[in-house]
Amino acid sequence: MTLFWGNSLFLRTPDSRFAFGLGIGAVCVSSILLLIFLFVTGEALPALKNVGLRRFLFDDAWYPTDESFGLVPMLVSSFVLSVCAILLAGPVGVAAAVYRLYYAPSWIRKPYRWLVLLLAGMPSVVLGLWGLVVLVPLIARIEPPGTSLIAGILVVSLMVAPTVTIMSESALEGVARSSWSGAAALGLSRESTLWNVVLPAARGGIAAGILLAAARAIGETMAVLMVTGNIVQMPDGPFSAVRVLTSNIALEMAYATGDHRAALFISGLALTILVLLLSLTAARIAGLKNNV
Amino acid sequence: MSERWFSVVLLLVVVTGMENPALAADRIAVTGSSTVAPLVAEIGKAFEAQNPEIRVDVQSGGSTRGIIDVRSGLADIGMISRSLSEDENDLIGFELARDGVGLILHLQNEVPALSRRQIVDIFTGKVTDWKDVGGRPGRITVVNKAEGRSTLELFLAYFDLGVRDIAAHVVIGDNQQGIKTVAANPGAIGYVSIGTAEFESGAGTPIRLLGLEGVEAAVENVKDGTYPLARPLTLVIRPAEKERLRGFIEFARSPEMHDIILGQFFVPSHP
Repeated sequence: MTLFWGNSLFLRTPDSRFAFGLGIGAVCVSSILLLIFLFVTGEALPALKNVGLRRFLFDDAWYPTDESFGLVPMLVSSFVLSVCAILLAGPVGVAAAVYRLYYAPSWIRKPYRWLVLLLAGMPSVVLGLWGLVVLVPLIARIEPPGTSLIAGILVVSLMVAPTVTIMSESALEGVARSSWSGAAALGLSRESTLWNVVLPAARGGIAAGILLAAARAIGETMAVLMVTGNIVQMPDGPFSAVRVLTSNIALEMAYATGDHRAALFISGLALTILVLLLSLTAARIAGLKNNV
Repeated sequence: MSERWFSVVLLLVVVTGMENPALAADRIAVTGSSTVAPLVAEIGKAFEAQNPEIRVDVQSGGSTRGIIDVRSGLADIGMISRSLSEDENDLIGFELARDGVGLILHLQNEVPALSRRQIVDIFTGKVTDWKDVGGRPGRITVVNKAEGRSTLELFLAYFDLGVRDIAAHVVIGDNQQGIKTVAANPGAIGYVSIGTAEFESGAGTPIRLLGLEGVEAAVENVKDGTYPLARPLTLVIRPAEKERLRGFIEFARSPEMHDIILGQFFVPSHP
């Protein structure tokens, strides 16, 4: 902070113009976020007024054209799906980062990084299509029809694992060289240096990566829509069909009117708040790490 | 500096003002069925391209709103996804296209035909195995449409079912997703727009359309009205407005619009 103010006393004209431009950009971006939030809230208000929050929580089922607005099964499904996906993708993603940085032979490192980046940039609808034509029929051999919670978990974990890997790699690379030298001087093996020195030092960045991945998992729509079957019910096992909040919006928004439409904005609002909370926590954890 | 900002603001006001339909020379307001709305919006764009002085403003909100708005004068044209009923003879209807819904199965499913009773039993979960309706043994996967879709409404109305009666295993959004889901699952049964299904099965997707009441589910039979699970998409106007709107109605029903109609998987009503 002090450094910034110290410098700003000596801003030259080009600098101050540049800073002005940057400031305008920053204000635009943040006000767009604010406007989106206000818009979603505004569109959701009629449902809160006409239907009431209570019915969204306690109605027995989701038949919006038949005046029944129970959102809870979808909230639970969204939660279960993303938590399970993160439980799968988190360890795998971190392990991939550790392997590439510290164990992989040098000829693997570069292609491996490309692979991870490619996977991270894969459009979700492509992964969804893969899930529908490859994964779902495989699951259907165990338990038809195959469109299920587990299919969604597998597709989403595949989708978010690269995020965890990329964030973990940069956190691990940020660990000071002196930590390595110190550990080597103490005679620690590479394995115990990793477990006891490097990973603990990088845990903030890794945790932030995992939370960002969770935010993405919760917000994922297309791929999940294609493989989970979209029945509104409490998940009672890996093979039961579920509908998550995002899929619900995508499925019904195009033809929804009146309270039905406003009810969909309620699920949008719930999602926005959830993702904002996750991102804020991620930013806070990453920030704590940097201040240490 | 402030002068420049002022002129920018002025420019914005002028530009947005031009976009305002109320200021356009002539405006045709169309409201009603959300099934017909995307089609009329496309037709409207083509009409505006030929008649730059006229704006076509399309809003959806259901067939009922279409009727109410035309009667009250809020809209010039109403869109309904049915024909006019007896008590609506104060208005004139022009059929634009027909929308047919067909049941689809996986190509490997050898069930010859299903009766009305059997279809209802399958979709309500009373029958869960293909062997009970004359097919090879195998679990039935019921593919249903998401709520609010007009295809669902038509299906429910035809089989006299309520939205809660359906015991679905998979819920899908648009026709394409329905076809992909059925094509990937030999035990599945679903229903989609006949135009889409015919196109996809012609392109090699492993699905087949199931006839209904002895009538083959084909675009041809939707066109001549013999296929039962179909409905007309109709434009509705007040008799007094007939002359003023003749241009647009004739344009919408002209052969040049067939590609747009087929593109939305409907069947043109007029040669």
